[in-house]
Amino acid sequence: MANKMISEIPLPKSIANVFAARNISTAKDALSLTEFELMELLDVGLTEVRSALSQISEIVAPPYQTALSLMEQRFQNEHLGGHFPTGLKGLDAALCGGIPFGVLTELVGPAGIGKTQFCLKLSLLASLPTNYGGLDGRVIYIDVESKFSSRRLLEIGLRSFPEIFQMKEMAQEMAGRIFVLRPSSLSEFTQSLQQIKVSLLQNQVKMLVIDSMAALVSGEHEQGVRRQQTLSWHISFIKSLAEFSRIPVVVTNQVRSQSHDEASQYSFQEYLSCAAQSRDGIVETPTRYDSHLVAALGIHWAHAVTTRLVLEAKSGQRFIKVAKSPISPPLAFPFHITSSGISLLSDEGMELMGPEINSIHCQGHNEIINFRMESLV
Amino acid sequence: MEIWRLPISASQRGKLISAGYTTLSSLSSISSSDLARESKVSESEALDILKFASHSHSGGWEMSSGNCSIFEGAQNAWDMLHEEESLVHITTSSADLDNILGGGIHCKEVTEIGGVPGIGKTQLGIQIAVNVQIPHGFGGLGGKAIYIDTEGSFMVERALQIAEACIEDMSEYNRFIRKDFQACEIRMQPKDILGNIFYFRICSYTEQIALINYLDKFISEHKDVKVVVVDSVTFHFRQDFDDMALRTRVLSGMALKLMKLAKKFSLAVVLLNQVTTKHTEGSFQLALALGDSWSHTCTNRIVLYWNGNERYAYIDKSPSLRSASAAYSVTRRGIRNSSSSCKRIKMM
Repeated sequence: MANKMISEIPLPKSIANVFAARNISTAKDALSLTEFELMELLDVGLTEVRSALSQISEIVAPPYQTALSLMEQRFQNEHLGGHFPTGLKGLDAALCGGIPFGVLTELVGPAGIGKTQFCLKLSLLASLPTNYGGLDGRVIYIDVESKFSSRRLLEIGLRSFPEIFQMKEMAQEMAGRIFVLRPSSLSEFTQSLQQIKVSLLQNQVKMLVIDSMAALVSGEHEQGVRRQQTLSWHISFIKSLAEFSRIPVVVTNQVRSQSHDEASQYSFQEYLSCAAQSRDGIVETPTRYDSHLVAALGIHWAHAVTTRLVLEAKSGQRFIKVAKSPISPPLAFPFHITSSGISLLSDEGMELMGPEINSIHCQGHNEIINFRMESLV
Repeated sequence: MEIWRLPISASQRGKLISAGYTTLSSLSSISSSDLARESKVSESEALDILKFASHSHSGGWEMSSGNCSIFEGAQNAWDMLHEEESLVHITTSSADLDNILGGGIHCKEVTEIGGVPGIGKTQLGIQIAVNVQIPHGFGGLGGKAIYIDTEGSFMVERALQIAEACIEDMSEYNRFIRKDFQACEIRMQPKDILGNIFYFRICSYTEQIALINYLDKFISEHKDVKVVVVDSVTFHFRQDFDDMALRTRVLSGMALKLMKLAKKFSLAVVLLNQVTTKHTEGSFQLALALGDSWSHTCTNRIVLYWNGNERYAYIDKSPSLRSASAAYSVTRRGIRNSSSSCKRIKMM
């Protein structure tokens, strides 16, 4: 609606002509200017500008829905009320049924923790018929790090759903629904996103996986501001993709070590802690996050994801944590990875407090992986 | 006063000046037909100009009887105090938070709430949209809410949970305080609460500006709207702008309109903002997004942050409240007081 032509808006003839003469052709052009800039540019009075703007605004503004109708509509039109079950019961219960449709869900964690394994399992699940808990549709898997393994995918399938994957033609059909794209640069990635947008609806695509988002930029730019700007178009675009097609979108993110000048405090917090010190007479070192790892994509990206799941290892045990979710409290579930893919060791989540929620631990999970690999062979 | 102040077009102004009409008083005793002839504008335009002129003239310095309006549109501080005291605040469902806010979110004001991802901005937004509907009998406003979602982060399931908890709390209160059940029975259902939240999904900054322009009309038609929540005000402005000066102008225009809405319909405006990192005095620090000139536009500014194991809210800026901080927590039932004991609660 933002690019609506002003000529299509029923304005009084005289003022419509002035807009056309000054080359203000879309609603976006008109609304990006202040009232006074328009008065100068169009050479008309304030009342005319105001009434024209309010007419344009009324047409451009999207219609409202009550939250009630939104809910009813979701439950009527959407499979499972708009949530895609991950098969991890505890996690599904916390997330109100699973990974939500229409928004971004992020998996973040250290290398080798099981992000890709989780993604493989999810794409497999999405391709399954609905009576097996799947979405019965195609999956687009954007494999940036070249880690997608079709052998592993079929192995997970065979171990988790033997009744389907033991039949060769069924296995072929399920695996045939998962389309893997391998962009090698940011510009290729941009291209494939634009292609996806066109074909998403016609092709019964029910899930989009991007593994990983961080790998795309870390190779091309060094650090900081530049990176944020490069990605902001993508963030916005992927969000709108998810939104208009109402499919779950799962994106992975890497971790990096926290640099020493990393911002984790507001300026007033220093002031507050100083005030507390002078009052109590105790010298306290300000509490800083003592975690060594942070998500590779910065705070701007973190704002954009709706659900953030952190995968971490702590004293030899792997945990999946709901670090950010509009519906779930921060919970941690222990998990392990077996030949049938990722599975929870307990469906009871432990509630987390404070900095625990966002910290990413990486202790001793390498041993577990080696051990498992041996047991697989 | 000079005619610069009149809301007329540049060319009309030029014609008036070249005809020698530079001050408002020079327009005060002239007929429209004379003005039309002398400054070469049409009769109807001349009539409009005179109307504007007489309007702003009388609005300026004329004394009127009765001490309540010596200056038109002005209100004395005593009356303002009374009006403020009679206003009902929107509770946040956390008594500690309400306490530092002076009773809750203030009507007639713009309140900005910012914080890091996952701290509970959207939660607070939804909570406010639900709490504004608490009926008068329970010390609420009994109003409706507008929820403007720019990020797609509004979760209707979560709104339902919070609404259910809110109704439970009200019936608890009923049993506790009143004892007589008939007096103020709760006829509200969670569905009614959801039905009173008007949800707008915004997909570009143009739509955001358009909607805020249109709100004036929308609220005139839905007079019982008492809160407008924008979640978040930042998102589209952070992505789609190259020209920062334009961004600042557009943003401040938008903020002015929101402030006007708040005053005109005596409703609360709650803007949620994201954070960004800012380089000051040799170190990086967190700061709310949209820059320095934006930080002037909101009346109240609340920053949500982690302090050790707890979520805190800090009043960063307010003309009437002292700066203070309070702990709160986000529970299954919504925003609540922080449970200071750090016990691990088993869920489900």
